[in-house]
Amino acid sequence: MKNKMNIYRQIQHHIDLIIVFTQKDLKLRYKNSFLGYFWSVAHPVVYALIFYVAFKLIVRVPIENYALFLVCGLFPWQWFANSVGASPMIFFGNAQIIKKINFPRNIIPLALVLHDMIHFILAIPVIIAFVLYSGHKPYFFWFIGIPVLVIGQFCIIYGICLIISTLNIFFRDLERLTIIFINILFYATPVFYSEKMIPERYMFILKLNPMALFLINWRNLFLEGTLRLDYTMLSFFYGILFLGVGVLIYRKLSWRFAEVL
Amino acid sequence: MAFCRGIVSEIAISFQNVTKTYPLYHHFKGGIKNLLFHPLEGIKSLKSSQFMAIRDISFEVKKGESFGIIGKNGAGKSTILGLIAGVIKPSKGKIMVNGGVSPLLELGAGFHPDLTGRENIILKGILLGLTRSEILNKIKKIIDFSELEEFIEQPIRTYSSGMLARLGFSIVANIDPEILLIDEILAVGDKNFQDKCLKRMLDFKEQKVTIVFVSHSMDYIDMLCNRVMWLDDHSIKNIGKPELIIKQYQQGNIS
Repeated sequence: MKNKMNIYRQIQHHIDLIIVFTQKDLKLRYKNSFLGYFWSVAHPVVYALIFYVAFKLIVRVPIENYALFLVCGLFPWQWFANSVGASPMIFFGNAQIIKKINFPRNIIPLALVLHDMIHFILAIPVIIAFVLYSGHKPYFFWFIGIPVLVIGQFCIIYGICLIISTLNIFFRDLERLTIIFINILFYATPVFYSEKMIPERYMFILKLNPMALFLINWRNLFLEGTLRLDYTMLSFFYGILFLGVGVLIYRKLSWRFAEVL
Repeated sequence: MAFCRGIVSEIAISFQNVTKTYPLYHHFKGGIKNLLFHPLEGIKSLKSSQFMAIRDISFEVKKGESFGIIGKNGAGKSTILGLIAGVIKPSKGKIMVNGGVSPLLELGAGFHPDLTGRENIILKGILLGLTRSEILNKIKKIIDFSELEEFIEQPIRTYSSGMLARLGFSIVANIDPEILLIDEILAVGDKNFQDKCLKRMLDFKEQKVTIVFVSHSMDYIDMLCNRVMWLDDHSIKNIGKPELIIKQYQQGNIS
């Protein structure tokens, strides 16, 4: 009986830890800037504007409704880029508490990813507003498709963040590599171009890039109300794979965090 | 079996032949480059260059005891606290800790400067192992104890170092710890608050909370502790009554 109570309390404590850490990040984001929400939406929108000028007005890519096309891709990409970009330093930023208090350290990257996820979810109405404004119809399938993709993308981002944040404690160079990696991945992912423009013989690269699968799915979902089953399954496979590897690496190394930091 | 358990529960902390070595990570700071180009050397240097923080240490702290640790800087005191808190693992030997550990952190650690005092209390309480509802039940007591009054709604970057120390101590003082770890904390804050802290610590002692106390202040050690361990050169020099050990320690430092 007492054991049962203890387990219940432990689970409650774990949930509280996650909530409080995520809340902390959200509060900090909004505390000092009263336009907090505006800024988190403005960032991808400004990117969309830049790409619109560069690729529609100057390079003239043959994609219809290019602004909408960009917006649908940039918001999910921002979630990935923000979380992964912040992950290398996330344990260093909390070194003080890691060295003194014994608590599950994975809460720290988890809160980071949840925080960016919540921002993405809060931005979905903005994407939908763009979609409706461009004359598209709303799709009932969104209610299923959006949660599915959010969960899948959460798994993969959390997995990658766990890997990078853990390894960067031991190999500091990883921080630099991460920045380069995000940059390369951005161009390897169909954010500002359509996957249909990729020559057939390079298409295999697309299937090796989980973010590409997610992006194509997000765009199909917002613009056509559909998900590609094969891409969804493959992206979930990647999600579980990265999450598994991340948990494994974290478990192997987390007991040494306090020594190395 | 029941008999055994009775004996075990009398002991709060036990170290059996505990050794802790740290690899010297700066040899490794060459990072990926070194590892890639000189994998064998990299791993070898990792294994060979180790720093011994404590060597073959054995002691026990009974439940309800106030246990002091003294010694020069770098003698291994903080390593022992880290081992008790469970943030680091021993390289050799066995450690048993019986009960929840509450470390009292140095000034401001675990606090976020942009959050208010109240928000920081919740954050830190949960970090220290309480659930949200437990900490909310205690928050009034904590705020009263801290005497921060209306400042509690201000972001703590506006606090003075004394106020930060008060906030930190107030949290730990009011969360009913089983084992309290204190690393040289009483030296901060004004005289009034220091006295209040000391009084609270003596209350803890009265209430039979197990306390492990690291300090350079022999006065506090003398007042608070039932037993003292003197660490020198990463191992135990002596353990015993405070009067005796403090005297030896002070003589040892002079000669």
